[in-house]
Amino acid sequence: MSVNRPFTREQRTTIVNGMLAFVLMLVVLQLWLLTATMNAYLGGDETLVWPGAAASLACLLLNLGLLRYLYFIERRRT
Amino acid sequence: MSDDPRDPIDARIDSPGREGLTGTAPASLYLPLRDVEQVTRAPDGRPMDAQPAWRTDFPIDWPQDAYVERREFMKFMVLTSAAFVIGQLWIATHNWWRRRTGDLEMVRIASLSDIAVGATRTFTYPTEHDPCILVRPAEHVLVAFNQKCTHLSCAVIPRVDEGIIRCPCHDGVFDLTSGRPLAGPPRRPLVRVLLEVRGGEIYATGIEERTT
Repeated sequence: MSVNRPFTREQRTTIVNGMLAFVLMLVVLQLWLLTATMNAYLGGDETLVWPGAAASLACLLLNLGLLRYLYFIERRRT
Repeated sequence: MSDDPRDPIDARIDSPGREGLTGTAPASLYLPLRDVEQVTRAPDGRPMDAQPAWRTDFPIDWPQDAYVERREFMKFMVLTSAAFVIGQLWIATHNWWRRRTGDLEMVRIASLSDIAVGATRTFTYPTEHDPCILVRPAEHVLVAFNQKCTHLSCAVIPRVDEGIIRCPCHDGVFDLTSGRPLAGPPRRPLVRVLLEVRGGEIYATGIEERTT
């Protein structure tokens, strides 16, 4: 028998810490992408513009997925 | 305990005469259950009775505080992530707009005879908001660059006798003939203006942006 019990606050804190670590890594990656793309664009290299935007968008989608999960575990609590 | 049945019942569950009535007692007799997550905890983990008075006056549930601050920080980071995507899309939109405008038109800058060897002249190209410098370091050498430093867009100043172009803001130095950075904070070369000499007249025909 499986018990679908909501997470306790301690468990949720651990989960949020883990998600925050992922989000921070992705945001730092996005910062690097933005500076690299801007540098290339100002130097006349247009080949990086759309791949850079797509990679950054992928990072945002991952972050939004994690945020959605955060809202999910918050909702289960109530 | 009174034997009069009209007397109110002692609500305490362990009161005399109430033993064995646990299962039949109304729920209102019990103290409401406290959510374990709503219990105030001090940072040192000791009970609130053992805490100094000021802490009991301002009770803060530190585990809850830590949870909420990380949760809100994560939300803010996701917002930052969205801002980075907007920045990337802004670059892409700018790129699309620049491509849409097509090739730059040819513009006359000056007569070759007006520029002596070692002399410089300023002009604007391709728009009036793009200041440029034209330099003639040798008899058969003509170079032109956008005057904006590639570091923070300060106006650069050519020093023909030293063979450099210097940015006074942060002491950036560029090579006079190639426009490549030699010293200071700039990492990208100056934007080169492509020149063409026709019938003794100097024309700007385009720009060349470079990363190295």
